[in-house]
This record gives sequence, structure tokens and C-alpha cells, in this order.
Amino acid sequence: MNPLAQAPSLTDFGHDPWWLILGKIVFAFVVALLGTLLGVWFERRVVGFMQVRPGPNQLGPFGLLQTLADGLKMAFKEDILPKAADKVVYFFAPAISVICAVTALSVIPFGPMVSIFGHQTPLQVTDVPVAVLVVLACSSMAVYGIVLAGWASGSTYPLLGGLRSAAQLISYEVALGLSIVAVFMLAGTMSTSEIVAAQGSGTQLSLFGVDIPAPGWYAVLLFPSFVVFFISIVGETNRPPFDLPEAESELVAGFMTEYSSLKFALIMLSEYVAMVTMSAFTVTLFLGGWHAPWPITMWSGANSGWWPLLWFFGKVILLVFVFVWLRGTLPRLRYDQFMRLGWKVLIPISLVWIVVLAGLRTVDDWDTRSRLYAIGIPAGIVLLATLFWPSRKPTPKPTLAEQVENRPPGSFPLPPMDLQVPPSPRTRRMVAEREPANAPAGQDSEEV
Amino acid sequence: MTTSTLLAASGAVSGGEAVTFWILAPLALAGAIGMVAARNAVHSALWLVLTMLSLGVFYVLQAGPFIGMVQIIVYTGAIMMLFLFVLMLVGRESSDSLIEVLRGQRIAALGLGIGFAGLLGSGVYRATQGSIPAGLEQANAGGNVKGIARLLFTDYVFAFELTAALLITATIGGMILAHVERRKEDKRDQVATMKARFRPGNYPGPKPGPGVFATSSSVATPARLPDGRLSDRSTPDILPVRELTAEETTLKGTEK
Repeated sequence: MNPLAQAPSLTDFGHDPWWLILGKIVFAFVVALLGTLLGVWFERRVVGFMQVRPGPNQLGPFGLLQTLADGLKMAFKEDILPKAADKVVYFFAPAISVICAVTALSVIPFGPMVSIFGHQTPLQVTDVPVAVLVVLACSSMAVYGIVLAGWASGSTYPLLGGLRSAAQLISYEVALGLSIVAVFMLAGTMSTSEIVAAQGSGTQLSLFGVDIPAPGWYAVLLFPSFVVFFISIVGETNRPPFDLPEAESELVAGFMTEYSSLKFALIMLSEYVAMVTMSAFTVTLFLGGWHAPWPITMWSGANSGWWPLLWFFGKVILLVFVFVWLRGTLPRLRYDQFMRLGWKVLIPISLVWIVVLAGLRTVDDWDTRSRLYAIGIPAGIVLLATLFWPSRKPTPKPTLAEQVENRPPGSFPLPPMDLQVPPSPRTRRMVAEREPANAPAGQDSEEV
Repeated sequence: MTTSTLLAASGAVSGGEAVTFWILAPLALAGAIGMVAARNAVHSALWLVLTMLSLGVFYVLQAGPFIGMVQIIVYTGAIMMLFLFVLMLVGRESSDSLIEVLRGQRIAALGLGIGFAGLLGSGVYRATQGSIPAGLEQANAGGNVKGIARLLFTDYVFAFELTAALLITATIGGMILAHVERRKEDKRDQVATMKARFRPGNYPGPKPGPGVFATSSSVATPARLPDGRLSDRSTPDILPVRELTAEETTLKGTEK
């Protein structure tokens, strides 16, 4: 079985009739809209489950129609235009967000070559040699939607939210771009369909007589990149714990404070579409795209026909679940900690990892002995350095008695250290009253 | 090899390319004019974004998809965003004034600008008319991205590294200018801050508000403690503590 038989390459694009192209575009758009409708429901149900409450459960089966009802309600609400708003920019900002989020879906491969009414065509709207950069360009343009929404509202909280998001998204885009470089190096291409194809072929491991295909997924091969990438896309989509531009405990609702009605609905839409798009992007780059995971691959038909659509959306839903899980678990980061994470942790890790990976790729062609030297000597040096790195000598903690002794004069009075509360005079009096007059004195303290 | 590369290599203009050009070229021009004409600085930046986006698409049309996308990501996404960031920090009410400092300057600039554009445009048009683009196919032989990468890391590696060094120098210079050095012992962590707060002699609670509106409307009026004494902590350090005399607080007789 050749797993690449169904994988489209760049030459397979651009031969579709117009109705097929239109159909694919509509399909991608419907995926975005359905992703939002179901995504909001999914998030509320899952967060509800995590917080031991039902979540929306009234409209439709399992509350599935709740988002639809919310959307309708939003459409009928009053559209408020603040007096201080910059009208044109205020109007366009949500549209920019939505357009950018949806456009990015056009280069995501949903599946392999399929036959639609006799036409062999890849399940992807289009592919270009720089498809990954198209997604990056869309996400960098989506920043404008948020920043302009914040600026055009003409009030303080949205402006602060917009400023935050500008700084945040630019910082995390650097880490995002650097983590993808490793994928480019391994796949040798920037086209999404070819990156997926490159992940389809892992080497076969023979273990106890069973052939287990070693995963060709870049999440495994490039694990550091995958971690950096995923953290970055959480920052890039403004999702908790990185939702600082809309931090409701600090900025009311951040950049969308002044928005209402359909414009607010558009902002919500773009946020959830971005989440779906970025999940699909992660699946494409790191989780093998539409390729089936291991146990399913034993069935030879797993990676052909329409089945891969199922694996693809299964992985996307899994990632969306992780997004929701993060929201349900982690508290929001403080702004300076967040920026420190981006610039001082993620970017250096990405840079070092790229250098290491480039080194590994270079020694790949050498003969075994020099390869062993080239890898073993630096690895040994790093190992020795970590082993013999001087550790800081911990200063002994002063005991409680020493701390009490060392307090400067005039300090706040301390409560009794043995925690024995002296009996109150009132209790003693009451006990004395209860005692018969002829009882021996001096017992009351034991009775209390 | 995409179809656009082949078309661009042959020098022919396909229907789609012509349509895209005639839609985006006026937009790019409008963006450029709008950038100069807009009074609000943020609007200027947005017009410029429009022009840059159109240019990015033009690059893609001219069989340079990589440079087109980089144009959008780097120029539009990062550099213009930094511009916007600064403009937003400056404030949204910072519109240009329309007063001409040099009389007739605007008319002269307009005339000279149109003249220069005409000269340049006609010159380029005459120079490129009838010429057939050559070498594009060889340059894009292994794919556009790989072609650029090969040039950057072979023929132009020195210039490339030099540019990188220049940018790094500029970045470090900017950081040094903006950096505030703090000695290690000056940095107080949370524990040290709390210890200082509860040190004897320091009152850990919040400061009392000034006695404004009690006897006067001046923030220099100190608050009274429960025992009737005046609290120095309630007034800003730069203001002298003083009580108004009875003469000062009586009506001046200026009200009608």
C-alpha cells in the first residue's frame, strides 16, 4: 500500500471547473460558520461539565440550538454607535477580523484527492507554494481588526485592549513563525498539501514481529516546535489564559466593550473561526493533516476516499477541546509575565531548536563515525555542564524563635505563640458563681 | 510551477491578471493619495495599509508569491502595526492642522508631484514597451521560494548578513536608549515589599483622604484624625499644610 497515492501535489490544483471551485469555497465557509455555531455550544457545554453544571441544555437536543438563538437575539438588538467613535473604522474593524479568519481556511487541506461528479480533485480550496505564509499573513492582518476596533471605539478601555493586543499579537507572531521554520526544514516545502503528504510516510518499526509505522507526524518529530507553536497560537487567537486584550476583570471587555448587535456578533464569529482555523492549521502542520492515526492505518482504505475528512475533523475537534480545556483550567496571566514568556522563553527555545535541527540535518549525510562525533561531543559537553553546574547554596532559614528574637523594637504585637487562649475573666466569674461556697478554691482554671 | 509563473514568464497578460490589476491599481493609487490627504494620522496609516496590500497582491501576480506574502506579513502586519501602535499611544485627537506655513506650498507640491509621476511613468513605459521578460523561468526553476533562498545564501549572503547586522545594531541601540538599569539590590520582590510595609514606623494601611470639602475645597487641607489632630499623611508632600484663617474663609462680598 502506498500511502502517498492519494496525496495531491501542487500540480493537482488549478484544473477545477468553476462550479467545483465555488462549491469548495462554500464548503470552507460553511465549515467556518458551523465551527462557530457548534464551537460556542461545545465550549459552553465542556466548560459547564468541568465546572459541574449542565451548561446550555434547553434549546434543541442537548442545547444545540442555543448559539443560533443567541445569534438571532444579537441581530435584533440595538446597534449602538458611540458618539466619540470613528464611524468608518468602527464599522470596518469587525469585518476585517472575519474576512481574515475565514480566508485562512482556503489553504487548509481537508482531505486527499476525491472524485466529485467524475472530477478528480483535492479536498482543498487552493494551494500555493507559500500556503503557510498565506495563513500567517491572514493572522497578521486579523490584528488590524482588533486594534482598529479598540481605537475606533473612542473610549479608554477598548483603546487599552487594542494596544495590548497589538503588542501581544506581534510578539507571539515571532514565536509562531520561528516554530514553523522547523516544519519547513523537514518538509522542504511551504505548501500545506505537500506538508501533509510529507507527514504521511513514516518509517516502519518492527517490534515483536508487529509492524508499527513510526509516526511521521511533526508533533512527534519536532516536539519542541509543536509546543512553542501551540502556546503561540493560543496567544494569537486571544484565548484564555492569554485573553489579555479582553480581560474582563481589568478592561470590561477590552477592545469590544463598545460593540453591540451584529458587529459584536461578527467579533465573536471571527474569534471562534480563528480558533477553528488555527486548530486546522495545527493539524495540517503537526498532526498529519487528514492522515489517519496509527491503529486505523492498519485498515488499508483509511487514507483514501472521503474517510480522511473524518480523521481531519476528529483531530480539529480534539484541538478545540484542548483550547476549551485550557480556558476551563488556567487563570489569566499577568501582562508582563505573558510578554516575558513570549520573548524570553518561547523565542530563545525556538532559535536554539532551529540551530540544533539544522545541525542534525547537516550531519545526516555524514558517515556513521563522524556523525557520532558531531552529535556525541556537543551532547556530552551539555550533559557535563548541566551535571557540574554550580548550584546556589541555600541559605538556612531562620527558626521561628530567631525570627521573633530579631524583630526590631516597636513591631506589631505578636499573638501568643503556643496558641493557648487564657480563660476570660467572665468565664471564671461564671464558674465561680456555679461553684458551691464550701468547695476548695483554685479549681476553676482546670474546669474551664 | 504554477500557471501564473508560466504566464508571467511568457510575458503575456492573462485575463485574470488584467482584471486583478485594473481593480487593485486604482485602489493602490487611492491608498497612496489618501495617505497624503488624510488629516487623521491613523487614517493615513490605514490608507498606506491598503496600498501595501495591493502591492503584495501585485507581487504574487508577477510570479513572486514569496515576496508578496512577505510584503503582507512584514510590512503590513508588523511594521505598519508598530506605526499604528505609536499613533494610538500619541492619541486619537492628533489631527493635522490645515494651516499652510509656506504660502502656495500645497499647489506647488501637487504640480511637482504630478509632473514627477508623469516623467517617471512615461519613462518606464517607454523603456519597457515591447520588451519581453527574460530569465524568470530559470530563476523560478526549482520553485520561487527555493530560488530566492539559493540567491540569498550564495551570491548575496554577505549583503544579507550585513543587513541583518545593521538591523540588530539598530535594535540593540534602541534597547540601550530605552533601557533603565536597575541594580540588583534595588529590585524588591513581593516578600521584601511586604516586609518594608509592615516595618515598625510604617503605617501599613491606606492613606487617609484629604480634608477637602470639610472646611475648604483645597486639596492642601489635611484630614483630621479621630482625636482631632491633623494628619500629614493625607496631603501630598509638595503642598504645605495650612489651615485657612477665618478672614480667608469668610465671603469676599464679590457674589451678587
